[in-house]
Amino acid sequence: MSRAALVWTRRRRALAGYARAFAGNRGGMAGLAVLVLIALTALSAPLFIDDAALSLTGAEGGRFQPPGPDYPLGTDAFGRSVLDLVVWGTRISLTVGFLAAFVSVALGTLIGVVAGHFGGWTGNVLMRVTDWFAVLPALVMAVALAAVMTRSTLTIIIAIGVTAWPTTARVVRAQTLAVEARPFIERARALGGGHAHVMLRHVLPNVMPVVLAQTTLLVAEAILMEATLAFLGLGDPGTISWGGIIQEARNAGAISSGIWWYMVPPGIAIAVVALSFTMCGRALEGVLNPRLRERP
Amino acid sequence: MDTASRAPAGRTAAGPPRRGRPGLHPAVRYLGGRVITALVSLLAVMVTSFFLFRVLPGDPVAALTQGRAVSVDQLEAMRRDFGLDQPLPQQFLDYCLGMLTLDFGMSYEYRVPVSELIAERIGPTLLLAGTGTVLAAMLGLALGTRAGWRRGSLMDRVDTGLALTLWSVPSFWLGLLLIVLLASGAGLFPTSGMSTPGVEGAFNVALDVAHHMVLPVATMVAVVYAQYMMIMRSSVLDEKGADYLTTARAKGLRDAAVLRRHAVPNALLPTVTLIFLNLGRVVSGVILIETVFAWPGLGSLFYSGLRVPDLPIVQALFVVFAGSVIVMNLLADLVYPLLDPRVRT
Repeated sequence: MSRAALVWTRRRRALAGYARAFAGNRGGMAGLAVLVLIALTALSAPLFIDDAALSLTGAEGGRFQPPGPDYPLGTDAFGRSVLDLVVWGTRISLTVGFLAAFVSVALGTLIGVVAGHFGGWTGNVLMRVTDWFAVLPALVMAVALAAVMTRSTLTIIIAIGVTAWPTTARVVRAQTLAVEARPFIERARALGGGHAHVMLRHVLPNVMPVVLAQTTLLVAEAILMEATLAFLGLGDPGTISWGGIIQEARNAGAISSGIWWYMVPPGIAIAVVALSFTMCGRALEGVLNPRLRERP
Repeated sequence: MDTASRAPAGRTAAGPPRRGRPGLHPAVRYLGGRVITALVSLLAVMVTSFFLFRVLPGDPVAALTQGRAVSVDQLEAMRRDFGLDQPLPQQFLDYCLGMLTLDFGMSYEYRVPVSELIAERIGPTLLLAGTGTVLAAMLGLALGTRAGWRRGSLMDRVDTGLALTLWSVPSFWLGLLLIVLLASGAGLFPTSGMSTPGVEGAFNVALDVAHHMVLPVATMVAVVYAQYMMIMRSSVLDEKGADYLTTARAKGLRDAAVLRRHAVPNALLPTVTLIFLNLGRVVSGVILIETVFAWPGLGSLFYSGLRVPDLPIVQALFVVFAGSVIVMNLLADLVYPLLDPRVRT
């Protein structure tokens, strides 16, 4: 068997083992099932919701219509179906959640691996910076960033990505230190592997499992943060997002006049998606992070 | 890690200081190091606050007034008010000198010094955040201990599931939901503010404020306690296999006594640090909950400052929020050696 084939068989076997362990976690599987369902809804939303139903002027429903046969979740202040709005909001929430988590995980992994690999002075300075960012209240920082940049989805992604990376950096650094203490790193160095080679070919593949679990957990946080920023009026006014719907409901006086169907569904949607990602992330973490495996 | 690196040197503890600069007592070095770190962090917060609101977008006035009808004259006036017509180094110097004397400039909207506004609003925020954090910590630690000690039991699974669910719920939405259900719906609690005008007498005022506090504090506890619980739970789990617990049981102590007298005190140590490290979440919670309940504190001031937009307020509160978390962390570092003899050297 060639070397590449050997490597692939080994990887496939490891992956199958992980999948089995994940399948054994009921919470993780439930979260995954809900997420698949929600992702499919988000992708297929344009097929059964047309633009007119979502525009402020083109919607056909009456103002604040309670839930009924035509509108299962009632209508909002502009006569739009709340169900349509919530379904459409899935798209922006998932997009921002994934992209922001990706940005912050990439940043955290880079800083964590470099800090762990070089150690000494460089590592110390990097970890001090990480500590500083970790201590800062993330919401205050994200709000400040979102407030000074132009209102857009990209701004939200950057604001979340720049504030959420310290946890990843810490976890990745710890894992890097553990990996670098193993003999195969010494062997790679002895054979003439440089810093870049060791970090990219040996450390990175070994920290990837932890990074994957971390990403899943961060998506939940990013989705919550996106909703929060939108609720504070810092989102892109042109897009429909769950936080934005809740803000509109509040501004339209739905809270004091008891129009519950305007504000309850988007909140439940946020909670369900965030919870599903958290369940998946915790299950993944349990499977992939040896330190968290079942204790006796 | 400190304890680990010092453990082997313990044999020579009676001798002269082992390494590092001679003559400095280890406790002084520990405290000095923490204080210097905190000061550098505070300085970094001040510098960030300055450059974030001035340099990043090119023109903060344009960025903060986007989407509103503002005349050229108003823009010019705003620039002059913020001192933005001055060269940048001069602005930075003025800003730093102002911060040192607690002079955060004039509020653009209220036309009074920002420090006065902050002094006026800090009481309600401390009341809300303090009550909420203490209650959340007590609830979280109690539930976390229970869940960790009886790991895998039905109670553990229910408690953990509930905590994760509440953690996933956006705090502002939970607050709004409580208002719809209990305040504007059932009329049990006031919907907003901190007091009813016209209430007389110290006792009645206290009762009135407490009545106003129920929903905000409940929201705060619901969103914050989960993290305390999860931290305490894993902390108890870490201690569970320890040998000293076996010893305690071998002595014939009952399970409850083993937990209360031996496991909990040790599990509390890492939890204390983590509670302080996670204070940022309390600050986020305060901003959102005060906004939702129109609580007259720093959080709602921050929100209204963002809306106007009121650069001096936002900038000062950025420093206050970040600074308070840094100071609390420093306090945790200073208190920790008193709690844990192993750090004391």
